[in-house]
Amino acid sequence: MPLQALCRILRADRLTSDTFSFLLDAGEMARSAQPGQFVNIACGEGHLLRRPISICDAEGDTLRVVFQVRGEGTAWLAQQPEGTTLDVLGPLGHGFAYPETGKVLVVGGGIGVPPMLYAAKAAPGGAVAALGFRNQQAVILLEDFQQAGCPVKVASDDGSVGYHGFVDALVRQYLEEDKTISAVFACGPKPMLKNVYKAAQDFGVPCQVSMEERMGCGVGACLVCACSVGGSYKHVCKDGPVFPAEEVDWA
Amino acid sequence: MSVINGVEMGVTLAGMPMKNPIVVASGTFGFGREYGQFYDISELGGICCKGLTLHPREGNPPPRIAETPMGILNSVGLQNPGVDHFIAEELPYLRQHDLKVIANISGNTPEEYGVMCEKLSGAGVDMIEVNVSCPNVKCGGLQYGTVPEMTAEVTECAKKHAGNVPVMVKLSPNVTDITAIAKAVENAGADAVSLINTIRGMRIDVKTRRPVLHMNTGGLSGPAVLPVAVRMVWEVANAVNIPILGMGGVAKGEDAAQMLLAGATAVAVGTACFADPYAPLKVRDDLAALAAEQGLQSVSELTGGVKPW
Repeated sequence: MPLQALCRILRADRLTSDTFSFLLDAGEMARSAQPGQFVNIACGEGHLLRRPISICDAEGDTLRVVFQVRGEGTAWLAQQPEGTTLDVLGPLGHGFAYPETGKVLVVGGGIGVPPMLYAAKAAPGGAVAALGFRNQQAVILLEDFQQAGCPVKVASDDGSVGYHGFVDALVRQYLEEDKTISAVFACGPKPMLKNVYKAAQDFGVPCQVSMEERMGCGVGACLVCACSVGGSYKHVCKDGPVFPAEEVDWA
Repeated sequence: MSVINGVEMGVTLAGMPMKNPIVVASGTFGFGREYGQFYDISELGGICCKGLTLHPREGNPPPRIAETPMGILNSVGLQNPGVDHFIAEELPYLRQHDLKVIANISGNTPEEYGVMCEKLSGAGVDMIEVNVSCPNVKCGGLQYGTVPEMTAEVTECAKKHAGNVPVMVKLSPNVTDITAIAKAVENAGADAVSLINTIRGMRIDVKTRRPVLHMNTGGLSGPAVLPVAVRMVWEVANAVNIPILGMGGVAKGEDAAQMLLAGATAVAVGTACFADPYAPLKVRDDLAALAAEQGLQSVSELTGGVKPW
C-alpha cells in the first residue's frame, strides 16, 4: 500500500558533480519497500509533478534515494539540506521477483545503478553486480556494493575505469563463469537493457528489467507513463517499473 | 456528513444530489481504485471516470506528458478498457462507495455515443459526461466540440439513449466563442455542461528540437489554466440556464470558490491530484472554511454570486 508522508532528510551527500544521495526518515514507507520500487517526491511549489526516484536502499525506518540532476525539479531537490522535510509518495510500483534458488546478477547503467544496490542486498541467494558508467567521474556506490559483500565488475564507456566498453560484455563474462546465477535484474538506458536481455537470453537465464518513462501521478491513475509490453501499453508506475524482459516490446 | 464547519456542502447538479460539490475530473483519477488506496473515495461528491470509448483503446505512444509553467501538457489519447469492461469490472467497485458515478464517453460517430449511453444508463451510472472535446484523438473528440451543429447532434443522440440518466456535455475551450457551443448543447436537451477541457498546447525540447510530446501537441491543464476556465464558466453561466460543473486548474478552496461565484454548481479537481492525492479533500475542506468565514449556511449560496463591475 502506498503512503504519503513527510520525510526528513537525515543525511545528504553529493556523490558526483550531478548525483546526490539522501537518507530519509520514512517510517512505514521504508519498512514496506521492496527492491525495484520507487518513490515520487514533490519538488517545490512551482513543479506540479512529483519526481519518480528509485529506492536505493531501505533499512528499518530509513529509505535511501540516489538521484541525478536532470532538470529544474531535481535541481531543486539537490539543494535541500539535511533536516529538511520532503513530501514523499511511496513505495510505488512492482519490484523484482527473486528466483527460488541461485544467485542474482544485478546490472546497472549510470543512474540505473542505485536500485540495484537494494536488489543485491535483498537477494536471498546472494548477488553479483555488473555496473556501467560513462567514465571514472560518474562512478557511484561502488563501496556500498562491496560493503554489502557483493562482488562487482565495472565497465566504462571511455575505459577510464574497469572494462572499456558496455556492461553487457560483463554480463556475458559472469554468465560464462558462474553457472549458479539464476536471474539477471537490470536497470539503465533502454539500449543497455536490450543488450543485457540479449546476453541473458543467449545463456538461457531469465531477465527482469526496470523501465523508465515520463510519469504523471505515479500511482496508475493518469496513464501517461505508457510502455509497450506484450503488444499493448502497460504503465511503468503501476504495472512496472520492473517487467520480465521477454514481455517488453524492444523495437 | 454533508455539513462541514457548520456549512451545508450538499449540492444538486442537474437533479443529482451530491454530499459536497467536489468531484474529480475525468482522466486524472482513473476509476477510483488508485487514489482509493490513500483514502475512502466516498469522501468525494462524485467521480468523473476515465474517458470511455465503445471499444478498448491503446492510446498514444509515449511521451504523453510534459511539465510546463504551473501546468502540464498531456496526450494520453483516450487509452481505456472500453465501456463493457467498465460496466463489468469497474462500476461494481465504484458502487461499493457512496459517491456519484459520472461516466465520461467519447465516440467516433453520434451513433456510438448513443450505444454507450444505452449501455451505461442500463448499468445505472448516475450521470453521463459526453466528451466532445478531447484534443488528443484523431476523430470524434475535439471535432465534435467545435462546431455547434455537430455538438448538438451528439447531444441529441446521447439524450435519446440515456433514459432517465442526466447528460452533461464537456465543452472545449479551443473555440472562438464557447457560449455558442453551450447554447447549442442546451437547445439539444443537455441537462448540464462541464468545462473546461484542456487547452491545446505544445512544448519543444530546444536541445533535440523535438516536441516533448510524441503527438507534438497536447492538452494543457493545471493552475495555469484557472483564469481561462473561470472566465469561460462565467460566460457560459450568463448564456445558458442549465447547471455547470466547473473545472480547470482548481487546486485550492479559493479556486473552487471562484468557480462557484462564476456560476458553477459543482467543481472538479483534476491535475492537482498528481501533486497531492488528497487535493480534492483539501479543496473541499478549504472551501467549507471559506464559506463559514463568509457566514454562509450553504456552499450553494456562492453559485453565480460574482459581482461584475
